[in-house]
Amino acid sequence: MACSATAKIIHNPLVFSSSRSAEKYESCCKISGRSSLGSKFLGKKLLSAKSAISPASRRSGAVVAVSSDIVKEKKVKSGSSAASNLLITKEEGLVLYEDMYLGRAFEDMCAQMYYRGKMFGFVHLYNGQEAVSTGFIKLLKQEDCVVSTYRDHVHSLSKGVPARQVMSELFGKTTGCCRGQGGSMHMFSKEHNVLGGFAFIGEGIPVATGAAFTSKYKREVLKEDCDEVTLAFFGDGTCNNGQFFECLNMAALWKLPIVFVVENNLWAIGMSHLRSTSDPQIWKKGPAFGMPGVHVDGMDVLKVREVAQEAIGRARRGEGPTLVECETYRFRGHSLADPDELRDPAEKARYATRDPITALKKYLFENNLANEAELKAVDKKIDEIIEDSVEFADASPVPARNQLLENVFADPRGFGIGPDGKYRCEDPKFTEGTAQV
Amino acid sequence: MEASFGVSSAAAANAVNSPALSPPSLPFIRSEARPISWRVDKSRKAGKITTKAVAAQAENPASAASKPGHEVLLFEALREGLEEEMERDPRVCIFGEDVGHYGGSYKVSKGLADKYGDLRVLDTPIAENSFTGMAVGAAMTGLRPVVEGMNMGFLLLAFNQISDNCGMLHYTSGGQFTIPTVIRGPGGVGRQLGAEHSQRLESYFQSIPGIQMVACSTPYNAKGLMKAAIRSENPVVLFEHVLLYNLKERIPDEEYVVSLEEAEMVRPGEHVTILTYSRMRYHVMQAAKTLVNKGYDPEVIDIRSLKPFDLYTIGNSIKKTHKVLIVEECMRTGGIGASLTAAINENFNDYLDAPIVCLSSQDVPTPYAGTLEEWTVVQPGQIVTAVEQLCR
Repeated sequence: MACSATAKIIHNPLVFSSSRSAEKYESCCKISGRSSLGSKFLGKKLLSAKSAISPASRRSGAVVAVSSDIVKEKKVKSGSSAASNLLITKEEGLVLYEDMYLGRAFEDMCAQMYYRGKMFGFVHLYNGQEAVSTGFIKLLKQEDCVVSTYRDHVHSLSKGVPARQVMSELFGKTTGCCRGQGGSMHMFSKEHNVLGGFAFIGEGIPVATGAAFTSKYKREVLKEDCDEVTLAFFGDGTCNNGQFFECLNMAALWKLPIVFVVENNLWAIGMSHLRSTSDPQIWKKGPAFGMPGVHVDGMDVLKVREVAQEAIGRARRGEGPTLVECETYRFRGHSLADPDELRDPAEKARYATRDPITALKKYLFENNLANEAELKAVDKKIDEIIEDSVEFADASPVPARNQLLENVFADPRGFGIGPDGKYRCEDPKFTEGTAQV
Repeated sequence: MEASFGVSSAAAANAVNSPALSPPSLPFIRSEARPISWRVDKSRKAGKITTKAVAAQAENPASAASKPGHEVLLFEALREGLEEEMERDPRVCIFGEDVGHYGGSYKVSKGLADKYGDLRVLDTPIAENSFTGMAVGAAMTGLRPVVEGMNMGFLLLAFNQISDNCGMLHYTSGGQFTIPTVIRGPGGVGRQLGAEHSQRLESYFQSIPGIQMVACSTPYNAKGLMKAAIRSENPVVLFEHVLLYNLKERIPDEEYVVSLEEAEMVRPGEHVTILTYSRMRYHVMQAAKTLVNKGYDPEVIDIRSLKPFDLYTIGNSIKKTHKVLIVEECMRTGGIGASLTAAINENFNDYLDAPIVCLSSQDVPTPYAGTLEEWTVVQPGQIVTAVEQLCR
């Protein structure tokens, strides 16, 4: 396999084995000792993947889940009672709750607005996957970068892009984060380091790799004090794409500070992950390239956060990339245009019981971190933000004709020299968007 | 028969003085008339044309007169440009296959990895789409990468990233992110390299909104274009030609860049405007010798900027000669010549005395056999015939 330097990683991946088959959807097992949202898993050791596996993974032979030293440490530490060893503080809990509720409420509002004819085209909603976005992105600094796919509204919101800007962008107004030029699938924010928003799957992963490369370059060539990390979010369908593998290779080769976050919601539009992938356990593809592959229950924000902390920490310390597979589910169709007829209603019902927001609420109540009134106050605050964002977007102007050509080139001399000898961009009609180019 | 010809373009004055554009900080040579001097070669029989000739360029007296300069081969000129820019700006880096330790498959980056290290001159795995995308991501976050396609044809694998990300991201991000990448590499028909290594990608990339395309043809403009492309905030594709890397020329010692958007007047004339670029420039000049012997006076313009076209230089020429011949190495269908024909017809129709003639390569995958390959590209003999017919 890999060289000795990475042997340790390969043989001791941070692995959470899970079972998921087309027929049965057991919740995955998790690190022992930690209190979790599904408390029946308390104290359970890491299961070998052999025990409860899908037909597909059974084919792949014995897969032994091995715990890393870090996991072992945690096991030892949490020998004490779970109560004194909560995963989060009250403040953190409220931040997580607020962020997830923001994502959910925003996406629900998007659906409403779409059916009212305020936004058009392909709109892909994130309902059900909030734990992944919140779990990861709330651990980042502003300078860290996030790269997403077309399902990018909530990633942008978690990263700090104001709801107003995202809603305006969806309405196609000039006040949108991309001046109305990007739309649902192309959310960018230089201020908050959201590097997109990509319509073709896999397209964003090299961009994320490049951003991570810049971080390493700043540290090693420009000698700046830089420990910025990049997160690349993408889905299960992307994991069969060439760019995914090429970037896993390069990131591990150069130990880039990046975390590859797979939001495995089992469906690529109507294509089941199990029908398109020879080995559906995506986390295993990490060690094949020399990086840890981790599987985590993506419906549980605390588990995601725990894994994210480790992965982001690794990247920040310069130890290289991590591949994290989050088992998650989207409650709505692939997009607002998708009739969503292929998915089994029983499957949807099962995942609905694992709604990450409900689960976090339950955890907060059970551990006395927050009460009903506090959470209701958060809900109200978010609802107002959403309402305000819609009003703002409604009231914002649509782009004028003169915006058409403005951002094609950073240097507008790229439009060339016209027959009269002047640069085309010097033509006064150019800014009106009526000049001949 | 030298003509020291200073074609001053109004564009120069306007662009420099325009408040919208910051004036360049260096001797920015706006348009260079590079008169090729030659003596009428009486020994050459009319009709005997040397095909496949990549003519050794005569020493240019104009530049020798100003400053001594130094002689370089074209690939060395490219390297000089790269090195100067890397020295000037630590954010400039190179990504590509075999650019580092190997020094580049055509030695354009030779020695740079030793000087600047393995991270600044990055040897990538063979993954064009991904490392081009990596360059885009790096550019968005502050670096200025130069991506080398070992052969331009390999960049077809990077088409997704070049079209969607290089070209579009500045626009779809509402102007928030710039992508100051340079994508360069050798292309064109070489010597029996086979179909896939002999591709002309300028025709495939030309429709992508948001990128600029330039083609270098002399050591002088190669260095100047390389520097200008690296400094540009736009993504620029720089087309080099496999057969031109060993051209020798004396170039100035002092620093210079050339304009990315301007065309180059190669030989002023009165009878016909011949528009060309890259290697075909040399076939045209070969043909021009014969034409001069026969009494014609062609005006040869190296368009250099494939996207956008410099319609000012081209237009002025057409207004003078009223006849246009385009000579290119692109395929006939959808090539640069096709676009240029359309642009000229739209803008200068009134000035044309005859329909535009466009000589392009045949629409065939470049054959391996030498004879077939020769017939694929435009040869000087065809150019002579075309001019004779145009000027009848």
